[in-house]
Amino acid sequence: MPGTPHIEVSNLTMAYGDFVVQHDLNFVVQKGDIFIIMGGNGCGKTTLMRALVGLQKPAAGTVYYEGEDFWNVSANDQERLKRRFGVMFQGGALWSSLSLAENVALPLHEYTCLAQARIDEIVSFKLALVGLAGFEDFYPAELSGGMRKRAGLARAMALDPDILVVDEPSSGLDPLNARHLDDLILELRDGLGTTIVVVTHELASILSIGSNSIYLDAETHTMIATGNPQQAAQTGDAKVRHFLSRGEL
Amino acid sequence: MIGTQTSDAYASGLQGWLLEKQFKGDQGLEIILAGRWCLDQALPSWEVLKTELGSNDLRHLYFRADHLAAWDTGLLAFLSGVLKFSAGHDIAVDCNGLPAGVQHLLNMASAGPEQNIDARRPSKAGMFSRIGVATIDFCRGFPEMLHFLGEVTLSMGRLLTGRAQFRRSDFWLEVEEVGPRALVIVTVISFLVGLILAYLGADQLRLVGAQIFIADLVAIGMVREVGALMTGIIIAGRTGAAFAAQLGTMQVNEEIDAFRTLGISAIDFLVLPRILALVLMVPLLTLYAAFVGMTAGLLVSYFIFDIGFFEYYTETLRALEIKHFMVGLSKGGVYGAMVAYAGCLRGMHCGRSAEAVGEAATSAVVTGILLITIMASLMTIIFYRLGI
Repeated sequence: MPGTPHIEVSNLTMAYGDFVVQHDLNFVVQKGDIFIIMGGNGCGKTTLMRALVGLQKPAAGTVYYEGEDFWNVSANDQERLKRRFGVMFQGGALWSSLSLAENVALPLHEYTCLAQARIDEIVSFKLALVGLAGFEDFYPAELSGGMRKRAGLARAMALDPDILVVDEPSSGLDPLNARHLDDLILELRDGLGTTIVVVTHELASILSIGSNSIYLDAETHTMIATGNPQQAAQTGDAKVRHFLSRGEL
Repeated sequence: MIGTQTSDAYASGLQGWLLEKQFKGDQGLEIILAGRWCLDQALPSWEVLKTELGSNDLRHLYFRADHLAAWDTGLLAFLSGVLKFSAGHDIAVDCNGLPAGVQHLLNMASAGPEQNIDARRPSKAGMFSRIGVATIDFCRGFPEMLHFLGEVTLSMGRLLTGRAQFRRSDFWLEVEEVGPRALVIVTVISFLVGLILAYLGADQLRLVGAQIFIADLVAIGMVREVGALMTGIIIAGRTGAAFAAQLGTMQVNEEIDAFRTLGISAIDFLVLPRILALVLMVPLLTLYAAFVGMTAGLLVSYFIFDIGFFEYYTETLRALEIKHFMVGLSKGGVYGAMVAYAGCLRGMHCGRSAEAVGEAATSAVVTGILLITIMASLMTIIFYRLGI
């Protein structure tokens, strides 16, 4: 259903004590968007992501998921809303005492009534999707950083969430794997209708997959642009064009 | 037909999944998928089609999904099983009847960049080889300990000749961390141990009417042995584990490798200040523990066993000689060195995962307490022989 506001961020202010990281953020993510949160190092991208997924309470403002005010509903409702999104962390954040298959299977065990054999099939398929077919029995410590990252994405997709929030998906990946991941994000959106929020500063990804975006500015501590990244690169704010052209414009 | 719905339910909106098989000619099979194929319900295994797929004449497989209401990776996992089996049995699969999204995602799963699995696969070992490996690891531990001891000794040498690279401020930070911040726990434990010693002594000495000698027992016991031993064990649990966890986490973050690449000795920079801090602070804590223990003995004697305040005080002074303090302080110093050595050893040799840090911390405490006990026995025997 394109057109329904899926996630709505309203007057959001993020702060650590007295230090305001970002203030007065207002934007809407539509269902089926690939929404890019971009900005330079230290501008508060990850902090904003933490507010979106319920890890860090904003200093002011709130986030609505299909009209439900995430930060002002009961703890039970928050848990229910949380189950609708999958989160991929920067370093993968795999549980080191569990094998890859167990990492991906845990949410399925907890929240579905599927039989063990079905779960095994689904887990293998998800690992294959991120290019890790055959790595079911490996432990995170036995894998490279890029593999851990991709396994983290497989775990985030475990429950086929409506909303997938990914933090720096392609940093640390080789060009082929980065491209595969971008393609996968597009296919998940097109096939499953997943809404995807990507926190990144990788230009190639921003321009090739993003359908909407915001740019967080580290100096003014707020968003200075919103809209399709390709358009922003052509006609947007001077700072955003500067950023999207690696400083050449 | 199999499924959780009948075909009549198509029109009224399906809640469950539905699977039908239809033979097409002699060698073809069409699979009809309908309803909701989503993870929130129990889905079938691809093996429900195994009989049909396994028959010898089957050469072509088609799909139809006109009435597929909703799908997610539950359907994809099912189809991926079917496709894998077909590929292995020379069956041509025509996926055109599936939704485009399904086809794309199925392609993605089979088209990921190549990975070399076998090179990474850890060898699966049987029980005997695991026991063997554990034994060899255990035996290797001793040369490792000696090697580390050698490195620390060399580092001490560099310190004495003024060539060790470490920051004074790190040393003082460690001193603050291991000394003043441990005072509360040392106070509580020494007080209670002093109290126990006094009660134990009172009970036995009453039999011979020599209760005043509680003072001697508590004073000599606390100053010579118990003060140092209790402090050593507290520090092993508190500081030794912290050292191992700190250095282990630095190992995980490659901070120690960063020192190495810069040619800075991680031993000088990280281990030396920690060992020095403990060797300096544990004797002081030992002295403090002995004082607290004797105070506890005094309070017990005065309030419970009616021994006069000054009587106890003079008896304590009479019992204590300077050599007792020397013994206690030297034990404190040695225990401090043992705890620091065990903590830093386990931290520096830590693996690169969260579990390894936990193991390093556990092992640091166990090794620390073991070394303390061994040194306590050795020193007691040596001091006895020397008549100190």
